[in-house]
Amino acid sequence: MIAIVNARLCDPAADALADGALLVEGETIAAIGAVDIPADAERIDARGMILAPGIVDLGVFKTDKPAFHFSGITRAALMPDQTPVLDHPGLVQHAARAGKPDFWVHPLGAATRGLDGTELAEMAMMKAAGARAIATGRRWIADSGVMLHVLRYAAALDLTVVTHSEDGGLTHHAVATDGETATRLGLPSAPACAETIAIARDIALAREAGARLHVRLVTTAAGFDLIRAAKAEGLPVTCGVSPAYLFLNDQAVSDFRTFARLSPPLRDERDRLAAIAAVADGTADVLCSGHDPRGPEDKRLPFADAAPGIAGAETLLPLALNLVREGHIGETRMMALLAANPARLLGLDAGRLAVGAPADLILIDPDAPWIVDSDKMAAAAGNTPFDKLPVQGRARMIMKGGVVR
Amino acid sequence: MTSAASPDTGLIGRANFPHRHLLGIANLAPHEIRFLLDEAARWVALNRTESRKHDGRLAGLTQINAFFENSTRTLLSFEIAGKRLGADVVNMHAAQSSVKKGETLIDTAVTLNSMRADVIVIRHMSSGAVQLIADKVDCPVLNAGDGWHEHPTQGLLDALTIRRRKGGFEGLIVTICGDILHSRVARSNMLCLTALGCQVRVCAPPTLMPPAIERYRVTPFTDFDAALDGADVAMMLRIQNERMEGGFLPSSREYHMLYGLTPERLKRAKPDAIVMHPGPMNRGIEILSGVADDPARSAITEQVEMGVAVRMACLDVLTRGQRGIEGWA
Repeated sequence: MIAIVNARLCDPAADALADGALLVEGETIAAIGAVDIPADAERIDARGMILAPGIVDLGVFKTDKPAFHFSGITRAALMPDQTPVLDHPGLVQHAARAGKPDFWVHPLGAATRGLDGTELAEMAMMKAAGARAIATGRRWIADSGVMLHVLRYAAALDLTVVTHSEDGGLTHHAVATDGETATRLGLPSAPACAETIAIARDIALAREAGARLHVRLVTTAAGFDLIRAAKAEGLPVTCGVSPAYLFLNDQAVSDFRTFARLSPPLRDERDRLAAIAAVADGTADVLCSGHDPRGPEDKRLPFADAAPGIAGAETLLPLALNLVREGHIGETRMMALLAANPARLLGLDAGRLAVGAPADLILIDPDAPWIVDSDKMAAAAGNTPFDKLPVQGRARMIMKGGVVR
Repeated sequence: MTSAASPDTGLIGRANFPHRHLLGIANLAPHEIRFLLDEAARWVALNRTESRKHDGRLAGLTQINAFFENSTRTLLSFEIAGKRLGADVVNMHAAQSSVKKGETLIDTAVTLNSMRADVIVIRHMSSGAVQLIADKVDCPVLNAGDGWHEHPTQGLLDALTIRRRKGGFEGLIVTICGDILHSRVARSNMLCLTALGCQVRVCAPPTLMPPAIERYRVTPFTDFDAALDGADVAMMLRIQNERMEGGFLPSSREYHMLYGLTPERLKRAKPDAIVMHPGPMNRGIEILSGVADDPARSAITEQVEMGVAVRMACLDVLTRGQRGIEGWA
């Protein structure tokens, strides 16, 4: 039995932090609040810390435990964009076993074979093998007929479809958003409405199919407006955002900085502010890292030849805390974005601070200062666009299944 | 001579051009552009000498022209410029190099650096590639064109040509017409000519106009006749055949109808307007021979001539530190 005492408890379902203790018995939470601590319980003094459920990171590209532990990520949904693509039950099963016991990987099965957007993948068999949702990867299913079939089939299996929303006809070879920066650098670019078109189509098809749709990353004002309208209509549509789009705009790619090459690409300042507003007003459901560590082989290349993606896991927690410090959200809403909502979307019993819930817990030191340094990352590679940024906050303890890891 | 203060700015030595590389016009201040133009103007007379066109100031220095994208004219121009200054000039063509075997650009840069090049001239098909190499080598790097990004010596040679023909820049109306979207020549020229005081108009089919173009302080047009109205300079860009196969433009004949420079159309410009083209020309498409070959109007051969002078000036200025020129260490 473990007692965590003197903590500020962060229950995502609550309105605010609450002082108290938490008792863990075996693999589950046994008591919360004003708890009588048994004399034989092992005591962890959490003075100055926030006790929260472990972060569930929806949509990472690599299983990278050191980076995940740093930020308090205890579970991650792995994107199907792997080599080979996660489009086969055997591959899904293998990926699902990769992190246990101290870390759980929840694979997202490919919607179509090879993510090529033409033939349906074996969704039911992948579900049986451990796939928690279906994803289009970092790709666009151009054929709306195929997309409708994906949504219908997944709906029947009670699987959420996680999409990447960029109209491929517009984005094609684009590596940036239309605008002054792209033009000055001479980079192929696409208008931000590539996202609007994609989200509008997928919402229309999801409505038709009666399917649950999760847009993994929404990055534009118009995109959030569509999500807002779909929610008002009562459709089971959700969306995520990652800190890069909240704290950077397209000027970050100036000087051909490949660490700021993302997919979707960074947007203009107006869209950045709209993304923060969407987090604050509840339109955004999920805050995710999009963790994609890439070494120099993929990044030390001319901008358009470099791979997209950032090593985002370590900065996920401190940048989420920035939203709290700046007054956009409170701590409990932050944990809803980081844990409760993604867990619900994936159908996981996680992300809760409740009696009987699994003891997947983290202690957050919210004020611990550190400086992001791309040369000294815990991640498998240091491709962060936040290099040299002073930040605050990191995980001090991770408990997975009742065991401190 | 080089240690004397500039008559315009009063700057001495390296203060006139404090850059290690020439990667683009975007990093240059107007007085730095004028400094390079003045330096280039001095080479024009030497290049016109009937007999021996040789100045030995780069003797013993190795100049590598690393061209990852095919080029005939620019490569030749840089080679001649280096040789006239006495440098040992070596050309590396990507088609013959290990780039085709999968070697990364960084490895190629390190290899060139290990061969102790004293100045490297690079052309590459990707925007930003030249800067990537410049960050990895110990010697000055000259950008001979990277993707759609910049082609600074083209911008400079066009400015020098305009200055010689028009006597200056202030208030001149320059119309740049063609595939602006994919053109590094257009980008370097917009930066260079607006910095020098020209009023720049850019004209392109709507499918070949880059987003946010007005941020360059230029006026965009899709109507070529309107763009030419009262212009002092008509600068035509080459249109690639692949753009006219339906993706960007319906056909070459329709492009010619809307954007081809004909003697008739040129009448809309000022009576003494000059015609420019960076070459190679698609005669009969973006420009008619009657315009291109009119000695009174066409400055196209002069552009080629100024190209050698500008490249000599850039090679000279960028290597002054290594050569121990007073005030440039």
